[in-house]
Amino acid sequence: MGNLTEIRWHGRGGQGAKTAALLFGEAAMSLGQHIQAFPEYGPERMGAPVQSFNRISQEPITLHCGVTNPDIVVVLDPTLIATVDVFQGLDKGDTIIINTEKAPGNIAEELKIKDKGIKVYTVDASGISKDEIGRDIPNTPMLGALVKVYGKLNIEHVLADMGKKLEKKFRNKPEIIDGNLKAIKRAYEEVKS
Amino acid sequence: MADKKLTVAKTGNEAMAEAMRQINPDVVAAYPITPATEIAQIFAGFVADGLVDTEFVTVESEHSAMSATIGAAAAGGRCMTATSSQGLMLMAEMLPIASSLRLPIVMPEVNRTISAPINIHCDHSDTMFVRDSGWMQVYCEDAQEAYDSILMGIKIAEKISLPMMVSTDGFIISHCMANIDLIPDEDVKEYIGKYNPKTWLLNPEKKITVGCLDLQDYYFEHKMVAIDAMRRAKGVIKECCKEFGARFGREYSFFDTYKIEDADIAILAMGSLTGTAKVAVDNMRRAGKKVGLIKMRVFRPFPADELARVVSGLKALAIMDRSDAMSGLEGPLAVETKAALYNNDTKPKIHSYVYGLGGRDVQISELESIYNDMDDLSRAKKKFDENVTYLGVRE
Repeated sequence: MGNLTEIRWHGRGGQGAKTAALLFGEAAMSLGQHIQAFPEYGPERMGAPVQSFNRISQEPITLHCGVTNPDIVVVLDPTLIATVDVFQGLDKGDTIIINTEKAPGNIAEELKIKDKGIKVYTVDASGISKDEIGRDIPNTPMLGALVKVYGKLNIEHVLADMGKKLEKKFRNKPEIIDGNLKAIKRAYEEVKS
Repeated sequence: MADKKLTVAKTGNEAMAEAMRQINPDVVAAYPITPATEIAQIFAGFVADGLVDTEFVTVESEHSAMSATIGAAAAGGRCMTATSSQGLMLMAEMLPIASSLRLPIVMPEVNRTISAPINIHCDHSDTMFVRDSGWMQVYCEDAQEAYDSILMGIKIAEKISLPMMVSTDGFIISHCMANIDLIPDEDVKEYIGKYNPKTWLLNPEKKITVGCLDLQDYYFEHKMVAIDAMRRAKGVIKECCKEFGARFGREYSFFDTYKIEDADIAILAMGSLTGTAKVAVDNMRRAGKKVGLIKMRVFRPFPADELARVVSGLKALAIMDRSDAMSGLEGPLAVETKAALYNNDTKPKIHSYVYGLGGRDVQISELESIYNDMDDLSRAKKKFDENVTYLGVRE
């Protein structure tokens, strides 16, 4: 279990936190990893705070309890930080990736977490999404940022796998497929610590 | 089989629906209920896409779903449905009819608590409520086991002519995507074979009556035939598990054990908790404690003798129930395990726990402290005031 990575996604209902966890899980699985991807089921209302989770390991995963001490937290919507404790369970050396235009240093200062030893990454996933997909759907770019930060998955393989998945879903809307793939790649390149 | 291995990422519900697609039943009658809805929903997609030949009956309630499934099975079909919680409650009237008519219906079930209060999350209260309905019951740890158990279930049910429900923990497994290894369609087809009922309603060569009035003079004898079938089911399950293991490389039994061989202390549990408990066992073993796990899979028929043999050498045993029968006793797994041990010369000290009602999470650390408590119990360093502890309940 030494190589187990636990990830928690924070989003709002409709932003695709669940889909992102499922897509990330599937991509990791197609690259030979053992995975889990599951949402937290509660108030499934548009705009309400929601969470979803991933577990990734080189070995089979038998854990079925909730994720309480994630290694990586992904925040799809920065406005959540004011109402939800997105840092819950994050310890020294753990990582948070936030969708924001702000620089990691600035946001760490703003949130007063500079001395906690948590690695902060930021990427303007909403901006990238608006540029490439035409709408603010930050989940796929955040997935690209996560692939970079997680560091154990080859981005070209992830993009190839994602392309296949999206092709099934959006057979008649090729522009959505290209937009998403570009958004993933851009966030992968633009995420910064 | 390695060259044919097909690993995919699927949720528990997707895995169960996939097994149903490969089984290609003659009739499926189903009604939606959280968290089992997706099973019938995904299967309805297979029907619409022409991937199966099934007659899919959209009924107006679970009572009708079970009634239609029973009717179609009595007519000679290979028939399935799926449900959860209150849906299973509504089926309850029909369940003993399916078993006493000896109809080999296999039903994916997703464990969700029962009302009141209303709650959509996991515990085993729903299937435990119908544990005496004459259905075989298999509780699964994960999506892989659920997929395999449904395929095995077809074989077992048709061999012994009794229905079987195969359950997963609601949301924890039903909605958790994980790696599973699928068996190729043609291998499943060959494995389950064609269903050849001995008797069926629509057979003009051998006319039968089904579900007739049967009073004091013969009811007992006819009921006895079904009772006897459940007693014999153990042999069939054993044989089918062996065959499945030989064919596909994953062997199951009435219960699976984990590091039990030299263990002094063990936890006996069912469902997804057993996966988490394996990690607790590994952690305890690293700390030098001789602990193990017994994962109960087949609750009906209850493998009393086999279980008694495995636990007899232990010093202490924690029995974990994810339901409370409100009997004033302990949970059903604890009560039945203790009954199974009555004739044993040696038995472990036992303490039982009711945990996780309404989906309450159980973390590794809680299981580790149970192991430590059992260790203390075995050394007479700890005494419990009651036979059962309600894990983590606030006062």
